[in-house]
Amino acid sequence: MTNTLHRYGDAESFRDDFVIFAMACKGGNDADSLPKLRRFLEIAAEYKPVNLGDARHGGALRPSKDMNPMAHWNRDMTPDFQTVIEGLDKPTTCAAVFDNKVAAEDFVKRIKEEDLGLSINISTSIDGAEQCCNHAGIPRHSVGYSLGFEGGTDNLPSAQVMMLSTMCGHGMVSHSLAKKMTDWVKEGRRTPAEAVTYMARFCSCGVFNPSRAKRILEGVIDAK
Amino acid sequence: MRINPDKCVACGNCTYVCPMEAIYIDPVIKRATIKRDECVECYACFNGLSQEHLNPTIVRTTRKLFAMLRIRFEPEPDVCPTGAFEPDELVWPRVVRRAFSDPRVPHESTGVEGRGTEEVKTNDVTGRVKVGEVGFTIEFGRPGVGARFTEIQEMCWALAKVGVSFEKKNPITSLMSDVATGTLREDILNEKVMSAIVEIKTTIDRTEEIIRLVWDVEKRLKTVIAIGVGTRCDENGEDHIVEPILERLGYKLQRAKTNIGLGRLSPAQNPAAAKETVNA
Repeated sequence: MTNTLHRYGDAESFRDDFVIFAMACKGGNDADSLPKLRRFLEIAAEYKPVNLGDARHGGALRPSKDMNPMAHWNRDMTPDFQTVIEGLDKPTTCAAVFDNKVAAEDFVKRIKEEDLGLSINISTSIDGAEQCCNHAGIPRHSVGYSLGFEGGTDNLPSAQVMMLSTMCGHGMVSHSLAKKMTDWVKEGRRTPAEAVTYMARFCSCGVFNPSRAKRILEGVIDAK
Repeated sequence: MRINPDKCVACGNCTYVCPMEAIYIDPVIKRATIKRDECVECYACFNGLSQEHLNPTIVRTTRKLFAMLRIRFEPEPDVCPTGAFEPDELVWPRVVRRAFSDPRVPHESTGVEGRGTEEVKTNDVTGRVKVGEVGFTIEFGRPGVGARFTEIQEMCWALAKVGVSFEKKNPITSLMSDVATGTLREDILNEKVMSAIVEIKTTIDRTEEIIRLVWDVEKRLKTVIAIGVGTRCDENGEDHIVEPILERLGYKLQRAKTNIGLGRLSPAQNPAAAKETVNA
């Protein structure tokens, strides 16, 4: 999933960012993959992820098509993992996001034991992924390096905004929204936790990391 | 995508959520309006904004009243209060915009959601990138800039000229009228998309040559480029070949996606091939 590969930040900034996803190969093993993908999500939920999602329906925080106006004062900000698991109806990429290495390592080990036959990828710092593999006793099969952004980079926003917006590599979390949320947190108009949920709802496959985003926004307050 | 002017109350929420900054409040009609040529049909507005279905007249009146009293009502920033977004029926070639921009729509050519490629993510099943080979994903327009196919074509031409092979199961390759020269269909060239990935494969010894070529072409392009380099690890899970080349070229590698090799062919789908595992 290149949408998790090119996250902006240095390796240290990925210390709380472990995206682990399962994928069936078209024509290779997708025909009977639906229950296996669901099993992947069910197991992930046991390891306290900070987000869970599939590429067709989105993550554990979703927008509402029929929002009650009173919700402005009482918005539900709880990630709903069960809806993600139950909503999976076709084979697609399924992802779990963890904010600590121990959970990611234990989950990878468990997934190896479960032997689902799906392709499993870890997207994080190079060292972080290697440590997950070592913990599970698996040699890495293939690795895809991000070389970062180049070319016409003059119009890209600040590093802080980029760290937030690139957590949806599909580009669904706009730079403008990330900037607006950063400003609102600075001005005390929203808490970091609230600002994070607004952005997470735009991510269409559930790989946005609310925990890392909250840390980045809290850094805005600390820097004041 | 269009915004129904009878419903829009010009709250401005959508102007911030558009990844292409293609939505603005038209000062003449006092409604949110989409710059059609800049819109990439990503549906972030339609899919991402929560929708209330309030009466537009009441909302406008309330907003006017509040404005007169200099009172700021601060609604949730991810809501369209009147559900004013209405998807257009997209026809060729505009439909290409959505295919490359709305991640929930699977690409027709590959059946894969997102940017439509499996790359090394399923390499343990496909054997797409073998030992001694390197797979490049050259992504245009990301993050939040967008790209037109004219720019992508320029890169494809340059790559084709040095004889690299384009990945067959890739949406850009499927839009080429001549794969040998990297020429894209003429009718899509001016279409703008959120991002698109050109995927090629070559031998490891050509890694530096390809990167230098990309550097050369990207100087002439306005859009931003993200390069991914995928390779097969050795039997110990190590890569002692590609990583040093990239570092020698000045890249400080921070992040990677790692395929941990648990995938395998389904015997039911591939009765013959399943006997030989590609990840062995």
